[in-house]
Amino acid sequence: MSGQKKEFPITWGMVIDIDKCTGCGACMASCQTENNVEPQRDASNKLRSTSWMTVYELTNGKSYPDHDIAYLPRPCQQCGNPPCVSVCPVIATEKNENGGIVSQVYPRCIGCRYCVAACPYHVRYFGWFDPVWPEGMEKTLSPLTSVRPRGVVEKCSFCHHRWTLAKDAARAAGKDPEDLADGAYVTSCVQNCPSGALAFGDLKNPKHKVHELIKSPYAYRLLERLGTDTQVYYISRREWVRKLGDNYLKSE
Amino acid sequence: MSFSEIEKNWYPEGVERCSLGKFMKWLAVLGVVALYGFFAMLVCFTYGLGVTGLDNYFGFGLWITFDLAVIALGAGAFFTGLLRYIIRIDELKNIINLTVIKGFICYSGAMLILSLDVGQPIRSWFGYWHPNVHSMLTEVIFCITCYLMVLIIEYVPLILEQKQINKIPFLHNLAHQMHVVMPLFAGIGAFLSTFHQGSLGGMYGVMFARPYAFRDGFFIWPWTFFLFVLSAISTGPCMTVLICGFMEKVTGRKLTTYRIKSLMCKIGGTMLLIYMVFKYLDTWAWINDILPRAGLTFDQMFYGLVYGRWLFFTELVICLLVPVIFLLTPLRKKPFFMYSGAILACAGVVINRYVFTVQALAQPVLPFTKWEIYSPNWAEWATSLMVIAYGFIIMSLSYRYLPIFPQEVGLNKK
Repeated sequence: MSGQKKEFPITWGMVIDIDKCTGCGACMASCQTENNVEPQRDASNKLRSTSWMTVYELTNGKSYPDHDIAYLPRPCQQCGNPPCVSVCPVIATEKNENGGIVSQVYPRCIGCRYCVAACPYHVRYFGWFDPVWPEGMEKTLSPLTSVRPRGVVEKCSFCHHRWTLAKDAARAAGKDPEDLADGAYVTSCVQNCPSGALAFGDLKNPKHKVHELIKSPYAYRLLERLGTDTQVYYISRREWVRKLGDNYLKSE
Repeated sequence: MSFSEIEKNWYPEGVERCSLGKFMKWLAVLGVVALYGFFAMLVCFTYGLGVTGLDNYFGFGLWITFDLAVIALGAGAFFTGLLRYIIRIDELKNIINLTVIKGFICYSGAMLILSLDVGQPIRSWFGYWHPNVHSMLTEVIFCITCYLMVLIIEYVPLILEQKQINKIPFLHNLAHQMHVVMPLFAGIGAFLSTFHQGSLGGMYGVMFARPYAFRDGFFIWPWTFFLFVLSAISTGPCMTVLICGFMEKVTGRKLTTYRIKSLMCKIGGTMLLIYMVFKYLDTWAWINDILPRAGLTFDQMFYGLVYGRWLFFTELVICLLVPVIFLLTPLRKKPFFMYSGAILACAGVVINRYVFTVQALAQPVLPFTKWEIYSPNWAEWATSLMVIAYGFIIMSLSYRYLPIFPQEVGLNKK
């Protein structure tokens, strides 16, 4: 609908098989620990708690015995045409050359929250208070991810630091860091998903599993008609689940 | 000589003012409200924005609604300045000072709220240092800052004309010279203000993934750019008239003639008519083109009471069509209709800014999300009231000591 899409030689993407997802929340927990998301003061307030990866519960709205539910994990959709990037007044968020991942530069963010307003997927979280770790728990902090101060917007980065580590490992092994093998770089949520519902890789690389997965007739993306052109794909063999990926008029 | 006797020498030539004691009581009441807001501001700065009612769903709330509304209503300054100095409608000299002060209050108040609203206020200057030329907010940051400077330049000669200050030859000459170049600043102000009023509208219009607010482009701008400009320049003069009428009521003195106020309302009404035509076209296109493209219907845009259809009809009929009739027909000659028209027009623009700020975010775009309700808490209300109290204080002091109304002496001769 708006803006221009940039193309990247490497396009990291995620494929989430909704029919395999059990809604266990392991992806949410692993994301929180990997990315130093502070323990929530009041996790009952879902509009205030920070969760870069959230699992939504979908329902077909029918009563028993036709009732059916599905779980939809939602990381940042890493839009090809991100609604958040063009609006940021200080270029704190950008669709740069790094595998098509939408970056978020915390030291530059002024906390105006315009990106929060622009994103329809609710992937952006604001630091409402200073982050505080209960005594002793600060030892669990990951040295690979920065801790955000209050007053800035944060979001899923596809565990970008892991890509850096994977490239370093490839260089050390004498391999091409720009042509990583499938599985050499995966996000923490993908690594810890017990049911194998999540897959990650270069969407453009035929050697990566996700390259094939997105060609599935059951694959779709969220809000496709808005033109955000996301790099996260979902798979479901259930039609009602696929239909919940976008808004449809009764006539459609 | 007592202080109250000395204080009388500070009044503009030939006017009467209430007693100093009464005035101090008035200021004290306003001061209490302002101090309460200042306390809330300190709480926000100390503990973070978690003390407000905002959340990750509603990044924008009362503060942004308030900002957009006061900036639109403060638009009387740039538009009246343009008409007075560039188009040369000479009669407006009798109300131009009031519009300048109103503009200054509105813009400085909005800046105050904005500095609170950003999560990292000491990084606010990044907007100038790392500007994203594609962001409408960058344009808003630049234009609001520059325009506030213009308003200060326009306000300074008014202060220099204070009876005692004006006795100093240098300041007297400075004020005179500033008046000479004022058409230049009126022009700059009109240019800057038009653009940032437009950019404020553009801010919403470019959110292409939010179908409630998104609008297609006219050249490089979403057409909300033009709608916001038009709504601001139509309600700005109406707001000036309302302030003038309110001041007359409070002080019990005639400050301008009915003819001037009627002229301002006629200008506002004419702009409101133009705005109405485009707003109706916009609404038609939104319902029949933008929403279907997003797979949404008109009915899905409303929910419950706070996001109800009543807002839509109130904004587009009661606060748009009705004031156009009141302000552009002979009904305007009757004060009831003129003031009612002005009040309705101003209420309409506030509703417009509210729905674009809050309802646009509350409306679920993902099919599996729900409407969420936002309610501002004490910290947001207190700080917003602080800005209103600040405005009252500035206006009260200006009225008491500065020669704002050229007609006041003549109109109140006994």
